[in-house]
Amino acid sequence: MNKKLKVEIIRTLIALSIAFTILVVIVSLISDNPLEALYNLFLGPISSKRNFGNVIEKTIPLIFTGLAVSLIFSSNNFNLASEGAFYFGGVMALVLCFTINVPSIIFWIILIIVSATVGAIIVGLPGYLKNKTEASEIVSSIMLNSIMFLLGTYILVYYFKPANSRAVSSADFPDKYLMPNIIAGTRVHFGLFLAIFAVLLIYLLMFKTKLGYKIRMTGKNSNFAKVMGINVSLVLLLTQLIGGALAGIGGAVHTLGVFDNFTSNRSPGYGWDGIIVAVLARNNPLYVPLAAFFVAYLKTGAAIMTRRSDVPAEIILVIQAIIILLIISKNLISKIEFKILISGKLDDGGAS
Amino acid sequence: MSGFVIEMRNISKIYPNGTIANNNVNFSLKKGEIHALLGENGAGKSTLMHILYGMIRPTKGEIFIKDKLVEINSPLDSLKHEIGMVHQHFMLIPSMNLAENLILGDERSKNGLINKKEIIKNANEFGKKYNFNIDFSQLVRDVSVGVCQKIEILKALYRGAKILILDEPTAVLTPQETKELFVELKKLKKDGHSIVFISHKLNEVKELCDRLTIMNSSKSVGVYNVSDLSVKKISEKMIGREVELDFEVPEKKLGKSILKVRNLIYFNKLGKKKLDNISFDVREGQILGIAAVEGNGASHLLETLAGLRKDYSGEIFISGVNVNKLSIKEIRKQGLRYVPADRMKDGVIKDETIYNNLIVDRLEEGEFIKHWLIDFKEIKSFARSKVKEFFIKCKDENSEIGSLSGGNIQKVVIAREFDNNPKLLIINQPTRGIDIGAAELIRKKMVDLKQSDSGILLHSADLQELMQVCDSIIILYKGEIVGYVEEPKKVKPEDLGYYMLGVKKDTDVSGVINE
Ligand SMILES: Nc1ncnc2c1ncn2[C@@H]1O[C@H](COP(=O)(O)OP(=O)(O)O)[C@@H](O)[C@H]1O
Repeated sequence: MNKKLKVEIIRTLIALSIAFTILVVIVSLISDNPLEALYNLFLGPISSKRNFGNVIEKTIPLIFTGLAVSLIFSSNNFNLASEGAFYFGGVMALVLCFTINVPSIIFWIILIIVSATVGAIIVGLPGYLKNKTEASEIVSSIMLNSIMFLLGTYILVYYFKPANSRAVSSADFPDKYLMPNIIAGTRVHFGLFLAIFAVLLIYLLMFKTKLGYKIRMTGKNSNFAKVMGINVSLVLLLTQLIGGALAGIGGAVHTLGVFDNFTSNRSPGYGWDGIIVAVLARNNPLYVPLAAFFVAYLKTGAAIMTRRSDVPAEIILVIQAIIILLIISKNLISKIEFKILISGKLDDGGAS
Repeated sequence: MSGFVIEMRNISKIYPNGTIANNNVNFSLKKGEIHALLGENGAGKSTLMHILYGMIRPTKGEIFIKDKLVEINSPLDSLKHEIGMVHQHFMLIPSMNLAENLILGDERSKNGLINKKEIIKNANEFGKKYNFNIDFSQLVRDVSVGVCQKIEILKALYRGAKILILDEPTAVLTPQETKELFVELKKLKKDGHSIVFISHKLNEVKELCDRLTIMNSSKSVGVYNVSDLSVKKISEKMIGREVELDFEVPEKKLGKSILKVRNLIYFNKLGKKKLDNISFDVREGQILGIAAVEGNGASHLLETLAGLRKDYSGEIFISGVNVNKLSIKEIRKQGLRYVPADRMKDGVIKDETIYNNLIVDRLEEGEFIKHWLIDFKEIKSFARSKVKEFFIKCKDENSEIGSLSGGNIQKVVIAREFDNNPKLLIINQPTRGIDIGAAELIRKKMVDLKQSDSGILLHSADLQELMQVCDSIIILYKGEIVGYVEEPKKVKPEDLGYYMLGVKKDTDVSGVINE
């Protein structure tokens, strides 16, 4: 196996074990029954078909946002608007559900086109701003996320909330528009196939097309790309548009795959979680499903733990943050990696 | 007693990213000797010297100073052991005068006040003591790089250094300045100073140094007395095979102009004129050289021609097409290829494979694409042929650029840019810091291209190289063409030096324009 891959795998495993150790310590400190809490966290997701279905159901949106973020990150750009794009993909599903009446299959095609377009625009906006005004894409994309969330809520409340309803939510979606369920007894839906299809597509894009080549070269050395005549700003913009489209589709598919109606707090942060998926997958589309599954598993476990014990689910956010920090702080756990990298490379010193 | 002022034993240094920069290196310095440290870029010379200077800690190994085991944890420590280092990049403050720079960080003043007149007077005296004839009242920004170099050396001496480490001190000097420097260094040596001289110029090493240590791929290859080896032998030791240092450049009839530059003027962001009304032609089958001291506009000119900046006035034509408004991609379509001076920053992607570094243009032209997808099998076999043609030393075409030596990295750049019959090549410092074997290959390939009617514009700090391969040479001084040498074979490097220093200027340089 190549040494770099080995180092990355070990780095990931070390990060995970440190994070889980911290998790165990915290849970032991705050819980009256830490064993039960940990049991639910780690084994809860596989304790029933329904729970495992929850894991898969959460994996689907994470694949979409993980792909989006991976793509954007590989161009060495840190646009984080995938969250807003994902949320607005859901809003688009809401809007289309109640404004057009067409056969299901046509509806889904329209939905994918519309949510992709809107997602692309949302993620493209910070990119465009950076191009024109050099505004940092990190700052503008984060602010844009808040704007999109409030705008979505506005659209829901003013146009789609039934007047007699007291909850801030829409009426139920028409049944014919819901994503078909593919595993009875769970909420695992057709979106899984779309997600896997997206993985293959983005893999081909990144590693087998000219555009993907340009994205990767730009990400690794934009000076070089420029000198070689690659239109760096165009490449960055395209990358963000494609990433946004993925996130948008993910939001739409998730909304119609899992829910019966739209409520204002419908984005439990899948856009943000896309970051940890991308970091775990090292921006490689082929690793995204695995990373997405892992994160989904943790999230599901955390939810079960909260329900059945006295430990709050938020603890998993702490753990995620620790994992990200450990993985991206290249020098933090470098000693062991260092040993792998140099193993057998130095002559021995006896030759004086 | 070993007789060594410095002995470094079994030094190894591994950087946190896993790069092995020194692998069990032994190095010693005698009192009163000038010791050359040779090896191509990336061989580990700077790392070894930075360890001695206390800037980085070795992973393993011991340092003895006058036979005593010491730990050097910082440049301050090394100063205590009378070691001083002069870096390639000067650490001077442009807006201060030379005297102030000399004493910077070491103001031995009363009650914190500094008397300008007095320090200039003291500095002048200090300079005289070491036979450096410099007027210390000048500002750094007004003096040449040659003087800056000397100030750096004096700075080290001022702080009491008896052992001087000089990192490529002559890289940016004209022949005249080099000669002066050598006189001064020899004087220092006579006074009992010991000097480590890092250089790529073997003739200089032969002239100045007593012993030499050769490094190759992070290891020391050996220590020799300079008098025991000819230049040819030294280069053979460096690359492990015989080299042919001289080759004939065949005469060539020049064709029509492939590059026309007319009245090119460029101001940098600070409003300083960097290119001053430059006009010249490069013709088919011609290698036109540019000689210039660093900072006199050669790099600006080459970058501009490569399309990297658009905010100039004047006109550039490639094969008769005005490229002022064209993008880099479109300019490259006109047949331009560019070898940038800083290969690691602009020329390659360090953590990518050789084959991915070779294919940008060909991909752009639609090659290697089958059914919409990139055909990596074909790319790899293409890369294999380039690896063979250019003798790129590597495991295979999948090797990462970062794992190659400097010379082999440059060969990858050359293999890409010289590919596919380019019409015009803009080449900046193609052989700087690379081993002699690679340099020789690159020069030969330039001549080959010339034979097949490409036009080449070549800038090099190595005047020997320019005079060897160029059909004619222009000299830039302060952004202006001050000289045109039609037949370089008929002049000496010193003659170019006078132009480069601004001492000599031709009133009429229109010979370089081909109307
Ligand atoms: N700070 C650093 N971190 C990682 N690698 C480095 C660092 N400095 C130098 N290197 C690597 O160490 C090797 C030796 O470099 P260096 O000592 O600068 O060689 P030289 O002075 O002979 O050109 C090169 O491969 C270089 O890329």
